Amino acid sequence: MASNIVPTSDLEPGGAAPSGFEGDRSAGSLGGVVRGYVDRLRGGDLGALPAVLGIVVLTLLFYALRPETFLTPLNITNLIIQAAPITLLAMGLVWILLLGDIDLSAGVVSGVCAAVSAQLLAQQGAPWWVAVLAALVTGAVIGLFTGTLVALIGIPSFVVTLALFLAFQGVTLRVIGQGGTVPIRDETIRGLTNSYIPVGAGWALAAAVIAAYAVLQLNRWRTQRSKGLDSQPLIVVVGRIVLIAVIVLVLTAILNADRALSRAVELQGIPYAIPVVVVLLLVLTFLLGRTTFGRHVYAVGGNSEAARRAGISVTRIRIMVFMLSSSMAAVSGLVAAARLSSVTPGSGGGNTLLYAVGAAVIGGTSLFGGRGRIRDAVLGGLVIAIIDNGLGLLQVSAYLNYIITGGVLLLAASVDALARRRAAAGKS
Amino acid sequence: MTVPHAEGGSPILELRGVDKSFGAVQVLHGVDLKVYPGKVTALVGDNGAGKSTLIKSIAGIHPIDGGQILFDGQPVSITGPRDSAALGLEVVYQDLALADNLDVVQNMFLGRERKHGIVLDEASMEQAARDTLAKLSVRTLKSVRQLVSSLSGGQRQTVAIAKAVLWESKVVILDEPTAALGVAQTRQVLDLVRRLADTGHAVVFISHNMVDVFEVSDRIAALYLGRMAADVPISTVDRGQVIELITAGRSGDIGLAPAVSEVV
Ligand SMILES: Nc1ncnc2c1ncn2[C@@H]1O[C@H](COP(=O)(O)OP(=O)(O)OP(=O)(O)O)[C@@H](O)[C@H]1O
Ligand SMILES: [Mg+2]
Repeated sequence: MASNIVPTSDLEPGGAAPSGFEGDRSAGSLGGVVRGYVDRLRGGDLGALPAVLGIVVLTLLFYALRPETFLTPLNITNLIIQAAPITLLAMGLVWILLLGDIDLSAGVVSGVCAAVSAQLLAQQGAPWWVAVLAALVTGAVIGLFTGTLVALIGIPSFVVTLALFLAFQGVTLRVIGQGGTVPIRDETIRGLTNSYIPVGAGWALAAAVIAAYAVLQLNRWRTQRSKGLDSQPLIVVVGRIVLIAVIVLVLTAILNADRALSRAVELQGIPYAIPVVVVLLLVLTFLLGRTTFGRHVYAVGGNSEAARRAGISVTRIRIMVFMLSSSMAAVSGLVAAARLSSVTPGSGGGNTLLYAVGAAVIGGTSLFGGRGRIRDAVLGGLVIAIIDNGLGLLQVSAYLNYIITGGVLLLAASVDALARRRAAAGKS
Repeated sequence: MTVPHAEGGSPILELRGVDKSFGAVQVLHGVDLKVYPGKVTALVGDNGAGKSTLIKSIAGIHPIDGGQILFDGQPVSITGPRDSAALGLEVVYQDLALADNLDVVQNMFLGRERKHGIVLDEASMEQAARDTLAKLSVRTLKSVRQLVSSLSGGQRQTVAIAKAVLWESKVVILDEPTAALGVAQTRQVLDLVRRLADTGHAVVFISHNMVDVFEVSDRIAALYLGRMAADVPISTVDRGQVIELITAGRSGDIGLAPAVSEVV
């Protein structure tokens, strides 16, 4: 059904012409891959480069300034737990940014969802899974509401979510009560950040993740090769697998080390929030990269008119993205509540949103729509957590902390804007 | 499928007395047009003559007010873009409508992706895109996995045309495909237009460039202020006559009746 073109003799003039798509073959060499990467960088697509540089430079900087405390297993574990809610919120925001929209209410939505489940736990004595489900449903309903206002009514997302940013703080206040703090006592939810996978199981999990990644990558490579499709050289694929394996093993080793400050107790193991983040990373990456829905999100962000003419319901896609993103905000709110063991009227306010948007943008997601990946949220979330954690260790004053974090977001946005200009200039 | 090459075959697409108004302004007046498989029909006319309106009416973007559209001899009703696509009618709009952030394969299959269950079947889409481009003898693309943002104007035009051809399209309509292109790229697109017709498609080619029109077309249809001044084999007219048809609606004994062309 591919085409109804009937090849006729005049379709093959001379017979000696090149077969075309030479690039598909030259990309198969290592040199081709390197050249392709440099071309992409030149074209303004920096990918993960700024985030990776950020992680390396900031780690070295804070290690130099606080050699005794920054790179200890205890602090690294804290840092990763700090990164988890930021990353989860950013994983949802990546979708919104891909559309070229913004959700300024994402932070306070995480607060509303956390407040709803905290009250269910505290007042109704609901089991943990009911509380989690309630948070997710609250998130999805909020997303449906926001998405409808944006996509169906046609109000700019900036305005809708700015209004909701204020309104939802009121909702959280109403749910929790003035000046109140609802403690989270449920062991399962608290356990997200306060209990740890047994050391042996942690290693087994790490090994399983590496094995699964290797099998998937190699399988894909084999299929592409056997069908003569565009593929990377084996050494690049293997290199990627080794890199992931090293990162996973090093992290597991750090998290499995005894990080207790006193010798009398043992404190070790991977916090349960980490597998939650990893599973969501995999699921959302699959959804964005391998399904029609993800493809259509990219298309709407790249050229919504083209998407419309291709028969894609732009309105439906936008509403679904807002629902997905707000549900991720709910997950983020739960993890943040677990970390602080409580929900307050201020939960999800303050710099929550700025951190998450910063994470997505630093990770490489464009504010202009059409470019971004889920892993950006993880890389950018780590950068933000390193800054937050490092500044905490340095005990810089609050005012400076605000200025520095705001500055980092501005820097990331400038890189994004310049990259975009560069890409536009390269085209003409 | 068979490729009807024969002279004087029956039209695949025929318009009879098509009217179209925007509010009080009537843009198309009883337009007749015949489009044949295996032939390039040039649609010419001055700015504002109604060419784009005509193809948008056929495509279902601005459904017609009066008259008839026949497809394969059967009257059809086209009320939206999905209807025309279902009939096998693909339009390459002047603004192309490609998503810059997607690659060539992804653009060609946009909205009609192939899947295994819920997973996109990239392998089969890439193969089909490559086959289609190869059959059209497109040799200027480095890779089908290149982002569209990295393509030149002519390459983008090529991808848009190949996208139209990928589907079971019988009629391909191109709105000013060479307007923004340089000499070499115009050459490529004209070759492609010719090959489309030679492979059995009915092609409608809108252009203001008489050299291009005379080079690739088999028939010429001239619109004059929303009326069809002539729809004739290109061998029966010369360049001067076509220009008269475009600017005055008549030339010698072909074209609109003097009354019509003088009144307006
Ligand atoms: N959506 C619309 N609403 C009102 N009037 C319209 C609309 N679209 C086109 N027109 C009018 O219809 C007439 C024909 O326009 P059309 O775009 O079809 O011309 P054209 O032959 O394609 O010209 P060009 O060569 O400049 O592209 C013009 O007078 C234009 O103003
Ligand atoms: Mg026009």
